[in-house]
Amino acid sequence: MKTKVIWFLLPSLLVMSISAFLPVMTVLNYSLHVLFPGSIPQYVGLQNFKDALADAKLINAMRRQFIYTIEILLIQIPLGLALALTLPRRGIFVGLVLVLLGIPLLIPWNVVGIMWRLFVRSDIGVLPAAFARIGLAYSVESAGDAWWTIVIMDVWHWTPLVTLLCYAGLQAIPQEFYQAAKVDAASKVATFRYVTLPKLRHVLIIAVLLRCMDSFKVYDEPFILTAGGPGSSTELLSMYVSRQAIGAFNMGLSSAMSLVYFIIVLVLCYVLYIAMSKIGERK
Amino acid sequence: MKGKTIILIIYFILLLIPIYWMVNTSFKTNFEIGRMITLVPDKGTSDNYLKIFTSPIWMKSFGQTLLYVFINVAIVLVTAVPAAYAFSRFKFRGSQHLFFWLLTNRMAPGAAFLVPMFTLFSALRLFDTLMAVSLAHCLFNLPLAIWILEGFMRGIPKQIDETAFIDGYSFFRFFRKIFLPLIKQGIGVTAFFCFMFSWVELLLSRTLTSVGVKPVTVAMTRSLGAGGWDYGVIAAAGVLTMIPGAVVVYFVRNYIVKGFAMGRV
Repeated sequence: MKTKVIWFLLPSLLVMSISAFLPVMTVLNYSLHVLFPGSIPQYVGLQNFKDALADAKLINAMRRQFIYTIEILLIQIPLGLALALTLPRRGIFVGLVLVLLGIPLLIPWNVVGIMWRLFVRSDIGVLPAAFARIGLAYSVESAGDAWWTIVIMDVWHWTPLVTLLCYAGLQAIPQEFYQAAKVDAASKVATFRYVTLPKLRHVLIIAVLLRCMDSFKVYDEPFILTAGGPGSSTELLSMYVSRQAIGAFNMGLSSAMSLVYFIIVLVLCYVLYIAMSKIGERK
Repeated sequence: MKGKTIILIIYFILLLIPIYWMVNTSFKTNFEIGRMITLVPDKGTSDNYLKIFTSPIWMKSFGQTLLYVFINVAIVLVTAVPAAYAFSRFKFRGSQHLFFWLLTNRMAPGAAFLVPMFTLFSALRLFDTLMAVSLAHCLFNLPLAIWILEGFMRGIPKQIDETAFIDGYSFFRFFRKIFLPLIKQGIGVTAFFCFMFSWVELLLSRTLTSVGVKPVTVAMTRSLGAGGWDYGVIAAAGVLTMIPGAVVVYFVRNYIVKGFAMGRV
């Protein structure tokens, strides 16, 4: 049986070697060289990484990225869970509700950006007009409002995923637990705290991890909405790195940045995973 | 109970407002879009849609996009099913490491892969082909597929395999007649997610194509750059890109919850 395993894995490994392994190795190779298009690469060791980490713009993009990720997690996870608790469990509306929740997830990401741009632009959008009507100033062209707009857009876009995950998790909890809680005359809060939450632990870990890694990858929507502006007030990590990769000349440096970026996502997800598993166990 | 319903209704209204605004915009003339804020089109027009349906470029874009999404789903399913089977059935040395390595690719930010992907696919003479996009999307779809499928397969007792072999089934016959029907829900869920992530992706598909292949998402963003926005057409194209997703989600709505319930997505 042992020798057969390889035949099962071979097709996927072959595909992954093209779409993942080779590119990573190429980036690694680039990152160790000074590399300009048309010139001979020169090995420089870790110099590119030092330069990358000394780049104030990269550090700033990183800082914004962390704030962004923390903000969307703090909003999306509780909101998604709360919505899942309010969704109907059975009945004619279940199908409708699920389809509605699925729609934002299936709109191409750049269309999400375009949709929000149509929605919030000061010249053609309905949102600024609505705010003006009730006497509030709102402009996506100002730094503060632009930031909140991309956060709200992400909440709009991805909370349904958290909701669907939690909803499925809730469905999987056997009713006996709730009957037992009722027999013990447990309060609603206590039931939630000691029955629902522990049972949802696994699903919540997945939700946090998915949203965390995907928030680091987010590119299309904010790029189309604000293109990182005004100034660089909404420029997230992926935008800065891909701007370096496409526009800048030093491919060694941009590759080093890409790797730093990748490693941050990996380490962060790993740490989060370990931390969340620990919290769950202590309960 | 009343309160819950009201909260839900408010949420769904908020969810639908931006979508409504795009649909609304798509039925307006550019004159109306630029000059006034109207909650329903003043003079409804289907010109924006006509422009798209009569343009060979747009139609080609839609066709090509659907095509590479389907190729991607096909590649992913054909390769992920055996791999997931191996992970769910055999414990071999390094299997956990391999599984984790596969998953890390799900975390890989597309932006970090742009240059090498471009170089690699150019070297393979795949640049600007449907195949390039399909293969590139395997970067995040294949690990996801293996992850989901492995969850489903683990739920099926190993005894079923063993009984079938004792009954004299050959491996392929067992796989086709017994195993695949048992995990067809899982395959459905997997196909749904691969479809979704391939359909919505822009960064890689834009980098790997130029003239020959033009993903819809790219056609849209490219038409933005050239001298201002034709907002009406863009909105109409946006509405059209929502349709395949809406159709797919309608058909798999019951499977999705099952898929999520596996705690795997």
